[in-house]
Amino acid sequence: MEVPILKQGRFLIATIQAALSDADLLQLRRALIDKVIHFRSNGVIIDVTALDVMDSFATRTLRDITNMIRLRGADTVIVGIQPEVAFAMVQLGLTMEGVATALDLEEGLEHLQQRAAGKI
Amino acid sequence: MPVLQNIVVAIRSDGDIVSARQQGRSLAAAIGFTATDATLIATAISELARNILMYAGQGEVMMHRAEISHRKGIVIGARDSGPGIRSIEDVLRDGYSTSGGLGLGLPGVKRLMDDFAIESQLGQGTMVTVKKWLK
Amino acid sequence: MSSNKRSAIQEQRTAAQSTELLQELVAHLRQNRTQLREEWANRITEARLLTAMTKDELFAEATSVYDNYVEALATGTFEALQSYARNLSERIIPRGVETHEVVGIVLLLRDVLARSLFAKYQGDFTMLNRILDAYEPAANRIANTVAVGFVQERERVIRQQQEAIRELSTPVLQVRERLLILPIIGVIDAQRARQLTEQLLRGIRMNRAKVVVIDITGVAAMDATVANHLVQTVEASRLLGATVIVTGLSPEIAQTIVTIGVDLGKMNTVGDLQGGIEQAERLLGYKVVPVADTASS
Repeated sequence: MEVPILKQGRFLIATIQAALSDADLLQLRRALIDKVIHFRSNGVIIDVTALDVMDSFATRTLRDITNMIRLRGADTVIVGIQPEVAFAMVQLGLTMEGVATALDLEEGLEHLQQRAAGKI
Repeated sequence: MPVLQNIVVAIRSDGDIVSARQQGRSLAAAIGFTATDATLIATAISELARNILMYAGQGEVMMHRAEISHRKGIVIGARDSGPGIRSIEDVLRDGYSTSGGLGLGLPGVKRLMDDFAIESQLGQGTMVTVKKWLK
Repeated sequence: MSSNKRSAIQEQRTAAQSTELLQELVAHLRQNRTQLREEWANRITEARLLTAMTKDELFAEATSVYDNYVEALATGTFEALQSYARNLSERIIPRGVETHEVVGIVLLLRDVLARSLFAKYQGDFTMLNRILDAYEPAANRIANTVAVGFVQERERVIRQQQEAIRELSTPVLQVRERLLILPIIGVIDAQRARQLTEQLLRGIRMNRAKVVVIDITGVAAMDATVANHLVQTVEASRLLGATVIVTGLSPEIAQTIVTIGVDLGKMNTVGDLQGGIEQAERLLGYKVVPVADTASS
C-alpha cells in the first residue's frame, strides 16, 4: 500500500494509513528521498497515528529515513506515536535515539519551523 | 464473536508478519486483554514472525487462548525449521537487543510477555513459546 | 474377544445406559418442575439464603436456574450453563450476593432433586442405584460450573475495582497549559508503575502536554525494576514529544538508577517540585516572576 505524501510549503507530510508491511516501509523510504530531492524540501513529517504496532524494522527504517534525509540537509520528525505503541516500544528497547518526535501534526510543523528558523 | 481455538499463520513473506500480528491483536482483544496489552502482544508477534523470516526464510506462528487453573491468557508459538541457534545464552543476553537493529530482539520479546521459553537445535529449527496472562 | 475390546464395549454400553437413564431422569424433573421448584425455593428461604432478593426475584431466578440445570443434564454440555452462570453472577453480584449463597442454593437444588429420585425409585433399589450413578457426576459438575462461574465473575469485578482505585490514587494533574505534573507518593510496585506509565502517556496525549514533571519526593525507596519503569516512562514520554523533568530524587534512588546502567546526566532532574515546575515553565516559554516583585510593582 502506497503512503500518500503531501507537499506543504517547504515541508513534506507522509501520512501512514494502516498496517504497513516491510516492503511498504522501504517503498516509503525511497519515495521520501526522491521527493525531498525533487522539491528541495527543508523538512519531512511522518505521521504514524494509524500505526498500531511499531516493531524493530519500522524503527530501524524510520531511523534510516531520518539519516538519509539529513544528508540532503533536511529534518525529519515522527508524529502521532500512540501511547500504547510508545509503551510497547520502550519495553522492547526501541527508543529511536537521534530521531525527533512530536505529539501530532501541529507540533511536528512547529518543530520543523523552529529548526528551519534556527538555521541560517 | 467466537474465540478461535487455534490460529496458525504461515510466515513466508513480510505481508504475513502484518497478518500474524493483526490476528494476534484480534485474539488478544477477544480474550479480554486491554488495548495496551494487545499492542504488546501484537508487537511480540511481529518480532517473532520477523525472526522466522530473517533467519529461517519461512515458518509459522500459532496462537490460541489458554486457561490454566482459571487463569486466562494467550499462548503464542513461533516455529521454524531453520538453521537453529548456536548459543541460546547469547541471544538472551541484553546486548542482543534490537535497538541497533541487530540480533533477534528476544530479550525485548521476553520483557513484553509474561512467560518465555525457547528450544532450538542446530540444523533442525527453533521454537519460541510466549504467554501473557490477564491480570 | 480381547479384554481391551471387551472393556471398550462395556464402556460404550455403560455410557449408553447412562444417557438413557439421564433422559429418564430429565423427563421426571421436567414433569415435576412446578413442585420441585417450589420445594427448592422454600428450602432457600428456610436456609436464609439470597435474602438480598425479593420473593418475586427469587422465584424468577429459581426458575431460570432450574431450567438451565435440567437442560445441562439433558444435553450433557455445559457451555450454555457456563454463560448462564456468568450472566447470573453479573446480575446478582451488585446485589451483594455472596459465594456461599450461590454454592448453597445449587447444592440445595441438587439435594431436592436427589430426594425426589429417592421417592420415585424407592421401590426398586437397583434402579435407584443406577439412576444415582448417572445423576451424581452430572450434578456435581453442574454445581462446580455454577460456583466457578460465580467466583470468576467476582474476581473480575474485584480486579476492576482495584484498577479504578489505583487510577484514582495516582492523578495526573494539569497545572498549566501543556504542563502535567505526576506526583508519586508511597510504595510503588511494578504493576502500579506500569499503570502510572500508561496513565501518564494517555494524559500527555489528551492534554497535549509538552513538559511533564514527575515528582518522586514522596517515594521512599525504589528497586531496580521500578527504577527501570521510571526510565521507560521518560523514554516513552519523549516518543510522544514531551520532555520529562524528574524531581525529588533522593540520593538512594539516584544510586539505584545509576546501578541499572542509566546515565543520570541524560535525565532531566531537579531537586524539588517547585524548582521542577519553574524549569518546566521556562521550557514552555513562560516568564517566571517572583511573587514579591509583582506585589511591589
